[in-house]
Amino acid sequence: MERERDTDTSRRGPDEVVLRVEDLHKRYGREEVLKGVSFEVRRGETKVIVGPSGTGKSTLLRCITRLTEPDRGRIWLGDVEVTGRGVDLNRVRASVGFVFQDFNLFTHLTALDNVRIGLLKVKKLPKDEATEIARKQLEHVGLAHKADAYPAELSGGQQQRVAIARALAMEPKLILFDEPTSALDPELTGEVLDVMVALAKEGMTMVVVSHEIGFARAAADELIFMEGGVIVEQGPPDQLFRQPKYPRTAEFLRKITALYGETG
Amino acid sequence: MFLQATLINLGLLAGLIILGLVVGIPIALLQVYGVRPLRWLASAWEGFFRGVPALVLLFLFFFGPAQFGVQLSAFTAAILALGFRSSGYQSQIFRGAIQSIPRGQMLAARSMGMSRLQAIRYVVLPQALRLAIPAWSNEFSSVIKDTTLAYAIGVNEVLRQVRYIADRYYELAMPAYLTVALIFLVLTYGGNWLLGRLERRWALPGFPMRGAEERIERGREIAAEAAR
Amino acid sequence: MDKIELGGLVFDPAWLPKLGQGLVVTLEITGLCIALGIVLGLILAVLRVYGRGPLYWLSSLYVQFFRGTPLLVQLLMVYYGLPSWGIVLSPFVSGVIALGLNTAAYQAEYFRGAIQSIPRGQMLAARSMGMTRAQAIRYVILPQALRLVIPPWSNELILMLKYSSIVYMVTVIDLMGAARTIAARTFRYFEVFILVALIYLALVFLLSWLLRRLEERVRVPGLGMERGAPH
Ligand SMILES: Nc1ncnc2c1ncn2[C@@H]1O[C@H](COP(=O)(O)OP(=O)(O)OP(=O)(O)O)[C@@H](O)[C@H]1O
Ligand SMILES: [Mg+2]
Repeated sequence: MERERDTDTSRRGPDEVVLRVEDLHKRYGREEVLKGVSFEVRRGETKVIVGPSGTGKSTLLRCITRLTEPDRGRIWLGDVEVTGRGVDLNRVRASVGFVFQDFNLFTHLTALDNVRIGLLKVKKLPKDEATEIARKQLEHVGLAHKADAYPAELSGGQQQRVAIARALAMEPKLILFDEPTSALDPELTGEVLDVMVALAKEGMTMVVVSHEIGFARAAADELIFMEGGVIVEQGPPDQLFRQPKYPRTAEFLRKITALYGETG
Repeated sequence: MFLQATLINLGLLAGLIILGLVVGIPIALLQVYGVRPLRWLASAWEGFFRGVPALVLLFLFFFGPAQFGVQLSAFTAAILALGFRSSGYQSQIFRGAIQSIPRGQMLAARSMGMSRLQAIRYVVLPQALRLAIPAWSNEFSSVIKDTTLAYAIGVNEVLRQVRYIADRYYELAMPAYLTVALIFLVLTYGGNWLLGRLERRWALPGFPMRGAEERIERGREIAAEAAR
Repeated sequence: MDKIELGGLVFDPAWLPKLGQGLVVTLEITGLCIALGIVLGLILAVLRVYGRGPLYWLSSLYVQFFRGTPLLVQLLMVYYGLPSWGIVLSPFVSGVIALGLNTAAYQAEYFRGAIQSIPRGQMLAARSMGMTRAQAIRYVILPQALRLVIPPWSNELILMLKYSSIVYMVTVIDLMGAARTIAARTFRYFEVFILVALIYLALVFLLSWLLRRLEERVRVPGLGMERGAPH
């Protein structure tokens, strides 16, 4: 572990640890998908996770708010232990945004209602207030004019931006992105990545699974390379690209650079 | 006279379809989301009421309680028997619809902090109910015809009226039955037309989305299975 | 034999022979009406898909009528209505005919769906090798459509097994009729009908199992039967 264990996790300020994952294990049947994963995310940081398919990246993200139940290990969000007994998971989840690869907008709700529903039903805000916040967030992602559109009437890129607005509306401490652009046509990834880069710049704390090298270079404070259920290497993107410690890291990064290019 | 008696059939229809709905949805939810013993019970409920002929159920509900000192009116017994039966078929329809909602919808709802119940209430059910309409229309046209079975336990519905006539005026039997057939043709196809309009009214722009055709198709398959 | 007491309920083994005889009648009626339904249903389906003019209209009208009216009305029409036109049929025959005419309309719809789901190229290929239209239907389209139709057809068979119980209303002593007679004599309605419900349930499960075996046996690779009903 690259940092001494800090007992005062609730410290405010730029150094505040928003998420701490310790020795996370998960197995599906015989297959051990996560074999002891540990990392920390500080306030305002953006971490980008890369790694081959089937390595457990999605599983890791889902374990963070226990959408998937981890087998072993501990997770803290601020000073709340998510893996602790008697924790109110719904409250934890309300404070962590999740953006999915295939958007998962609620099909029967308009863009506005998609953004509003969490405010109304989870946060129990009055309707006026919820509507105001929802409109503001749609504007934030450049989709104010699509408030009344149903998901099926939006392009993939627009759907994903609504999904981001939906996450933002809950005023999350942290947003988890699981390959937010990999279901999109190449010409649509840009608009989503732009929103994410802007978010990173605004100081949002984010963990992003993505193979968009351009995004990682522009926005990541740290790149995490995962393979075979463990973190192989992590560090600033520049460092990992220029002088990776392990040949596997170099090889993988070369591969995705060739595949996804430097733009993004 | 026939029309008045037909009102009894419509009363039966309303009662049994609502009972079937109110019982059928929870049964479907239990089958999909319930813990094992409850899931098992719900499936047993569905299996029993779908596997036993309507007439046997009518007799069970009409004469059964009487044997233990509880006398139900024929009308009530018919609503219970046919309603519970319909709940078996309806639960099958709703179960199929619920299961065809992509898992991501539940996941997304839970990820924003909704409880399981909230996610079902606000995300899964509103979609599943829309998907279920075509299949449900079929169940509707099947139970409306089955209301005539209540004749067997002496409910004063339209077929009983026909018997009065047929027994007295022998030569009128066929015209009388044909009239009733006509009434039901109007009710069945009229009802389906209304439900079709409702379906279009409720249809959201572009809903259901990807795979819509397939999912609707599945709805119709479920319907075909439940038909009559 | 002694009566069996179960938590306040009384079952009498003496009921069984009578129920057994009724069961045989139930199976006979179900089998006969299904057979009638297949033949008539196939003809109707072919007419609805390939028929022109009056043949198409008549077959459509038939299907709409029998699907749009209650089975019980159809049965009473045959048994109590037809005599006023001079046609008198025995209860058993009335039952078979009414149920058969009814299920034919439903089966026709399943067959039609299956026929229409066979790609056009099949008909084209058959005609291109010199088959007549009728030959193409007989040797190419139907053998495929019939396999596709098994799952919905299985449901139909099971439904008819249950619906056959209505023949007791025209005095046929089938399983339901036997139960009715016994119950009226012993006043043990609840016990008799629970027993009969269980017998029907067992029949339904047995039949579903047999039909699934049948479906597996006639499965042809590449002919999509996995998804159940045809499009
Ligand atoms: N619900 C599940 N049940 C069983 N196995 C699962 C389940 N979810 C994931 N797995 C398995 O766990 C492994 C890791 O899956 P995961 O989706 O976390 O990988 P990933 O790194 O996100 O891959 P990708 O880049 O393809 O999204 C895979 O082998 C997958 O088959
Ligand atoms: Mg993944």
